[in-house]
Amino acid sequence: MRSIKELGTYAENTWCPGCGNFGILTAVKKALVEAFEGGMKAEDVVMVSGIGCHAKIVDYVNVNSFYSLHGRVLPPATGISLSNPELTVICHAGDGDAYGEGIAHLIFTAKRNVDITLIVHDNRVYGLTTGQFTPTSPEGFKGRSTPKGSPERPINPLELVLSAGATFVARGYSGKIGHLKNLILEGVSHRGFSFIEVLQPCYTFFNTYSFYNERVYELEEGEGGTSDRNLAVSLARKWSYDSVDASIPIGIFYKEQRPTFQERILGDRPLLKRKGQDVFGFIKEAV
Amino acid sequence: MKEFSVLIGGKAGDGIKQAGIMAAKIFGELGYRVFLYDDYPSLIRGGHNFCIIRASKEEVLSHNNQVDLILALNRETIERHQHRLKKGGEIIYSSRIEGVSRGVGIGFEEIVKELGGIPIMKNSAAIGALSALLGIERQVLDGVFEKNINKQLDLNKEIAGRAYAEIKEVLFKVERLDSEPLPLFTGNEAIALGAVNAGLDLYIAYPMTPATSILHFLAEQQDRLGVVTVHPENEISVATMALGAAYAGARTMVGTSGGGFALMTETVSFAGQAEIPILFVECQRAGPGTGVPTYTMQADLLFVLNSGHGDFPRLVVAPGDAEEAFYLSGLALDAAWHFQIPAFLLSDKHLSESIFSFTYPEGEREKPPMVAWKGGEGQYKRYAFTESGISPLAFPGQKGCIVKATSYEHDEYGITTEEPEKIMKMQDKRLKKKEGLVHFLEKTEQVKVYGDRDSKTCLVCWGSTKGACVEAALELGLKVVQPLVVEPFPERQFRQALGSSNRLIGVEVNATGQLSRLLSSYGIHMDSTILRYDSLPFTPDDLKGRLKEATS
Repeated sequence: MRSIKELGTYAENTWCPGCGNFGILTAVKKALVEAFEGGMKAEDVVMVSGIGCHAKIVDYVNVNSFYSLHGRVLPPATGISLSNPELTVICHAGDGDAYGEGIAHLIFTAKRNVDITLIVHDNRVYGLTTGQFTPTSPEGFKGRSTPKGSPERPINPLELVLSAGATFVARGYSGKIGHLKNLILEGVSHRGFSFIEVLQPCYTFFNTYSFYNERVYELEEGEGGTSDRNLAVSLARKWSYDSVDASIPIGIFYKEQRPTFQERILGDRPLLKRKGQDVFGFIKEAV
Repeated sequence: MKEFSVLIGGKAGDGIKQAGIMAAKIFGELGYRVFLYDDYPSLIRGGHNFCIIRASKEEVLSHNNQVDLILALNRETIERHQHRLKKGGEIIYSSRIEGVSRGVGIGFEEIVKELGGIPIMKNSAAIGALSALLGIERQVLDGVFEKNINKQLDLNKEIAGRAYAEIKEVLFKVERLDSEPLPLFTGNEAIALGAVNAGLDLYIAYPMTPATSILHFLAEQQDRLGVVTVHPENEISVATMALGAAYAGARTMVGTSGGGFALMTETVSFAGQAEIPILFVECQRAGPGTGVPTYTMQADLLFVLNSGHGDFPRLVVAPGDAEEAFYLSGLALDAAWHFQIPAFLLSDKHLSESIFSFTYPEGEREKPPMVAWKGGEGQYKRYAFTESGISPLAFPGQKGCIVKATSYEHDEYGITTEEPEKIMKMQDKRLKKKEGLVHFLEKTEQVKVYGDRDSKTCLVCWGSTKGACVEAALELGLKVVQPLVVEPFPERQFRQALGSSNRLIGVEVNATGQLSRLLSSYGIHMDSTILRYDSLPFTPDDLKGRLKEATS
């Protein structure tokens, strides 16, 4: 059993003071400690990340990790879980990774219902490349690549993954660590693709702390989190990622059970336990 | 007859390839070595398809332009190909084609109609007629149908049998040989089987001609061969999914053509940095761009050699026939896992989609084992410094270790670093593996020599061009040198193979002589090149003509 402290590494943390990533890191560690207490084995956890500020999280947590390329979080995670379905795969992606460079992978991973969890660190700005607009930045956002304001409307990631077929859709806020920890635990225990969008202020380039603090509210028990897709979509539409006069629900929006990609592809024969590659016999039979 | 060739042609959708395969199987059954060249345009219905089946008493690795028989299911086949007929050659044709001056017309369509078949079954009638005209026993024909047709076997057999019975006179007799029948495989099937033989767990690919048939073959045979296949959304997903799978312990191969490989190159570099084993199969086709999708070219050699940003060791192999494809895909997969590097197998349409009589490679292949972490004292270091540069591998899920793989420059544990000293040390560690790779490859046959070893004139070729080159050289008394490994380049073996030859002719199916350019960087210069880049492969007969011009 590991403690929060044991889950740390010697890597120097280089996030800016006040960064929303700290809240997510704490929530993840707390969730892991709880999961370990519940019987999950530490060696069975793999964290996968993309590239960006969020991605440093794999250097800061002492579990197996796969520090991927920008946008390429979900395909390797799929490969890892196909290789060994007993692993618990927790993916981290920024909004650039998940909704920009890697958006095709997001749609297809949801469509396939791959049994992994994705936590999107959505600060709605590119931090590590010093402040450009992202797929979820509000229209008119003045970044360094759009000094006259972003000419595009933001996408609503919850609506997107709901239509793509995700079987667990939730939103959290890095300022509500306990709530986020519970979402992560729910997501990890869900059998299928768990999508957790996390609203996360960027202290340096897009400080949204007071914006979210004023608008974010937790969904009540029974308000969402069922297999009612219409209800989930209507909850997702309460805030367009553009409007300022909206309240922003967080919590589980949608949840359903259907067979996972691993189950469909592998059946009851896990990849690494398959036997009998009798090539010579096959060639002989081919005559 | 020492050898003979049959061309079968019709429009796309006529089942031309299937007819060709049946003919090849019949000749194979009689003990002949066969080669099948499959020519088809990039469309589903209507264009002209043909294949040339060449059968020989000796090993045969290419087709010739000239043929003994044409089996024509439509007029276009005769118009396009009758110039190929050798003296005394004949045309077997559908009697619906009017005004044919020579050969035998048979009512394929009428037979099918009478027996209640569907139009595509005229290819069975054609094979029945062909067998009778070549004096092949009825039970050989029936046996091949029984072994190879699943759908409506009885009806197909009946149709073939009726056409067979309509032939009263044998055109020329194809004798049964003493040799045992050999299995027939395409180059792609041989690549797949070689990899499975080396323990392939997972094949991931997005369809792209001419690599697609690896995916089809392994998907169809997955239960029999114990592999899993996945077809993701694009080649970027293919390659990165493969890296994830390999990180977790699955031996993984991906396959594509040049355009798809272009999308995979970020993963090539990632694999180099993260030291994750992976085998890329690049089946070249005529480029650049979308190029000529269903035709051949050897123009991605320098692309593959240089793919991926940054410095890291890699293995690139280039088989020239099905047997080499089997051998090299297994070797490349094993080497990728031993050295924890990306490995590449270069094929092309002519190798990938042609059918070969397959012989199992002789002797034991070198099988470098995976260097596994054996547990022990202290924390596991994924990128531990070692004498060889190879860090013992462990996988997530393994007790007592934490496995951190990364695309960033990193320390021994896999934690990001930006310290100059550590960066250089880790670069050196990775590059060190090339020494071991070179040493290992020296134990294997990396360069092949054919023909007259004392000839002063030596043809230098690679990949599928070997087939035509070797045959032409044997007839003209020349020598041929073919590298099987192109990176790390086997300079010592190559120079040894050249021996005292002092007139080097590079023969390649590309416009700029890519292997010749590579050889120049090692100080080996071609005296001349013979290049073909009209998207068709060399054949021994046309190459002989060009060689005579070049050497006269």
